[in-house]
Amino acid sequence: MTKADLADEIFEKVGLSKKEAQDIIEIIFDTLKQTLKEGESVKVSGFGTFHVRKKSARRGRNPKTGQDLEITPRKVISFRASNKLKLLIEK
Amino acid sequence: MTRSVLVDKVAERVDGLTRKQTEIVLETVFESIKESLKKGDKIEIRGFGNFRLKTRNARKARNPKTGESVDVPAKKVLHFKVGKELRELLNS
Repeated sequence: MTKADLADEIFEKVGLSKKEAQDIIEIIFDTLKQTLKEGESVKVSGFGTFHVRKKSARRGRNPKTGQDLEITPRKVISFRASNKLKLLIEK
Repeated sequence: MTRSVLVDKVAERVDGLTRKQTEIVLETVFESIKESLKKGDKIEIRGFGNFRLKTRNARKARNPKTGESVDVPAKKVLHFKVGKELRELLNS
């Protein structure tokens, strides 16, 4: 399933035009991205939570060359499915 | 940010859509994703990330309290992989 499929669902179930449906899908994911960029978690009840986690710098090694290097501090997203969603997909 | 704040933020950015309609759109989006995952499909949101199911094998575990051995059945878990664009946005 891609953004195009989601737009089709909106078109069929909500009755927006295809163009409007595509635009709103872009806006939804852009809003999520901007919020996460600010470092804020997003909780969608019944679905799950996107957390922003800060990773500190650490020593690493290039597995190909064996060279020691510093892994820079960075932010990563961790997603935790809600219990409801976990149960839905478990089987 | 919660679902209702998300509705507000999206509604602000869309012309000619009421808050109620925006709420229905968001509900439809998350329900569609859920239905799709339930069928075992992979969800690919370019620029944001992918959702897919991973299989966890059946294993034997121990009840830490009683020391009793229990069978844990195989199950599927949801995995989210962040998209390149979002990963770069976070660290820019």
